[in-house]
Amino acid sequence: MRILTGNDLVTGQVTWWTGEGWSLHVDEATDVADKADAILAVEQAARRVNGAYAIDATREGGHVRPDHIKDRIRAIGPTVRPDLALAPADPADRDWVI
Amino acid sequence: MYRYDDFDHGMVAARVDEFREQVERRLSGALTEDQFKPLRLMNGLYLQLHAYMYRIAVPYGTMSARQLRKLAHIARTYDRGYGHFTTRQNIQFNWIELKNAPDIMAELASVEMHSIQTSGNCIRNTTSDQYAGAAADEMTDPRPWAELLRQWSTFHPEFSYLPRKFKVAVIASAEDRAAMRLHDIGVEIVRNEAGELGFKVFVGGGMGRTPMVAPLIREFLPAANFISYLEACLRVYNRYGRRDNMFKARIKILVHEIGAAEYARQVEEEWAHVKTLGLDPPAEEFERIAVQFAPPPLDPEAPDELDLGDPDFRVWVDQNIVAHKAKGHAIVTISLKPIGGIPGDCSADQMDLIADLAERYSHDELRVTHAQNLVLPHVAKRDLYTIWQALDAAGLATPNLDLISDIIACPGLDYCALANARSIPVAQKIAERFSSLERQRDVGELKLKISGCINACGHHHAGHIGILGVDKKGEENYQLSFGGSGAEDASVAKIIGPGFSEDGVVDAVEKAVETYQALRDPGERFLDTYRRVGLQPFKEAIYG
Amino acid sequence: MGDALRFRDDEPHEEPAVTLDSFLGQSNATAVRLESDEDARLLLPYLDRLALVEVAFPTFRDGRGYSAASILREAGYKGELRAQGDVLVDQIAHMRRCGFDSFAPEAPLDMAAVERALTRYPARYQPAADGTAPIWARRRG
Repeated sequence: MRILTGNDLVTGQVTWWTGEGWSLHVDEATDVADKADAILAVEQAARRVNGAYAIDATREGGHVRPDHIKDRIRAIGPTVRPDLALAPADPADRDWVI
Repeated sequence: MYRYDDFDHGMVAARVDEFREQVERRLSGALTEDQFKPLRLMNGLYLQLHAYMYRIAVPYGTMSARQLRKLAHIARTYDRGYGHFTTRQNIQFNWIELKNAPDIMAELASVEMHSIQTSGNCIRNTTSDQYAGAAADEMTDPRPWAELLRQWSTFHPEFSYLPRKFKVAVIASAEDRAAMRLHDIGVEIVRNEAGELGFKVFVGGGMGRTPMVAPLIREFLPAANFISYLEACLRVYNRYGRRDNMFKARIKILVHEIGAAEYARQVEEEWAHVKTLGLDPPAEEFERIAVQFAPPPLDPEAPDELDLGDPDFRVWVDQNIVAHKAKGHAIVTISLKPIGGIPGDCSADQMDLIADLAERYSHDELRVTHAQNLVLPHVAKRDLYTIWQALDAAGLATPNLDLISDIIACPGLDYCALANARSIPVAQKIAERFSSLERQRDVGELKLKISGCINACGHHHAGHIGILGVDKKGEENYQLSFGGSGAEDASVAKIIGPGFSEDGVVDAVEKAVETYQALRDPGERFLDTYRRVGLQPFKEAIYG
Repeated sequence: MGDALRFRDDEPHEEPAVTLDSFLGQSNATAVRLESDEDARLLLPYLDRLALVEVAFPTFRDGRGYSAASILREAGYKGELRAQGDVLVDQIAHMRRCGFDSFAPEAPLDMAAVERALTRYPARYQPAADGTAPIWARRRG
């Protein structure tokens, strides 16, 4: 699947395009197929997201896993600070990221 | 240390006001991200992997207890309780909100700090020797010259949109503790045969994708012409540095392409004109600055003797203390490299503790080192034991200065948008592999440096052992290089062969260290042995 | 095109600027346009008869024009020095310091923001072509 990610302009938080808005949770990311450029143009112009881009990802059960490690790290936080992860630190996160 | 006068206060206050308005214009849409980006960068604000990152200058690495306490306050109030000291004597906060950045800048201004030109294609924070003003081997204190540079370069109207970033380092001792020759301009303060003070000027060093040791372009620059000569150096670069390719835009490429002699000739020609323009501040201005760096009132009666009865204390003294110019005093390095920790990270509580120690025992002075540690520069030896106990209780007394676990590491892919691989976990695993202090001390001085991409913020080119993280088809992969040095024997490390996985590179480092231990002559460091025997025996041991 | 912005009392120069090549090849032009990669020093023999030098900023990130302007002013050029192209609010103060006294921005400027940008800083750390006394000189009263 093709998903969109960026950072909130005001807070800098990592966000994912849900089809209706921007969520902090990667699992809520939606497949944009070939609509990436059009959505990004509108959303960045409206300042609802900053530095946004499209990436490949894979849906596994209820989870969305970005194909590249960089975006998996963005999804949960620094691997060296599990205490700062978005969700309470899950020991499985490390395996998910790497 | 240098204190702001009304002019300095007025300038940073204006900057806060300007940036506040620029942020408002970005949030309102009056500025596009493309227009805003260079402006926020010139105020130290990046957009990184997880949030905005804010880089604050610690000019020439010197700060006071009050300033460090302010950083602790910022860490607690606007970030997540910690900061990261960098290889350019700056500190970074990783979790900043854009809307808070102007307020943080105002907080900094209240303690005479700023983030001006900590990024962007402009003249960056001037770095210096972390032992400046305290080192037994220095000719003079380099910091007044660095402060002169700070003021000259701040909001320089001609050099704010250079082809690329521009970094200057100033030192004043034969031992180079600031990687001076790996800077765009490296300045070494010297005396000529007549005993006059002046500068050796090196131009065109740097790391990044094309590492180069800066060639000497002027043997002796009279002190009175410091600023005008640098103006000429920068003008030649601004006009002729490459702008067609961002990767070839640093001054090192210009100097390399036209040759050091031709670059020096162009600078001399430009300088012949520029030095007539009255750019050099008079000696009185230098004196005004220099008196503020006068040595603190050290106790001339401070005893030289030290009770080394506690064996753990003795190891720490052996490893983390260096000679002070004054009898009965010492320079203390506070290691931010606990085994298994994140190199350069410091919690708000640790900052407060270190600020207290600086205030009580180091004449209110602190330093940041390019190796991502902190320093108490002016400590009476009789206070060392008390300081050690306090540091030890806070996890800040790891006795590993310049040992293999004193690793320089960039934030890497855990934090950085440019990174290709993570740096910190590799540093942690290597430090853990060599966690035995006895073993580390037997290995001796070994500077291991890790970068998560070719931009080389982790100085891997200058590592006795350097590690570069790359992206190999979506997998993290690590290239090993040997033989670099950022010191007075500056050299660029060479890649030894195919790359490794994260665990593989830790094993390879261990094999390299074992090879060194088997081959070394008495008194040789890893780097010396490598330079003497060459790569082959190491390669056989690692790839065998 | 945004409206031109001018900080001179004399009448605007009417003659259109010619390229550097054609200026150097003819003797009577009084207005010249300098692209960002062209050498301002080539104009130094002709400063007396020049009334307008227009310096191109193809993008605001190309900082060569700041050096071009400084070189011309340092050599005594008194005519109009115009920054043309990607000229934005946040660079104008630096441009003024380097000697530009007129601006032909591609997009309109917010004049209130320009006014604030030009008056915000109470002093200057270094001398420049605008002749402002640097802070180190003002410290000595």
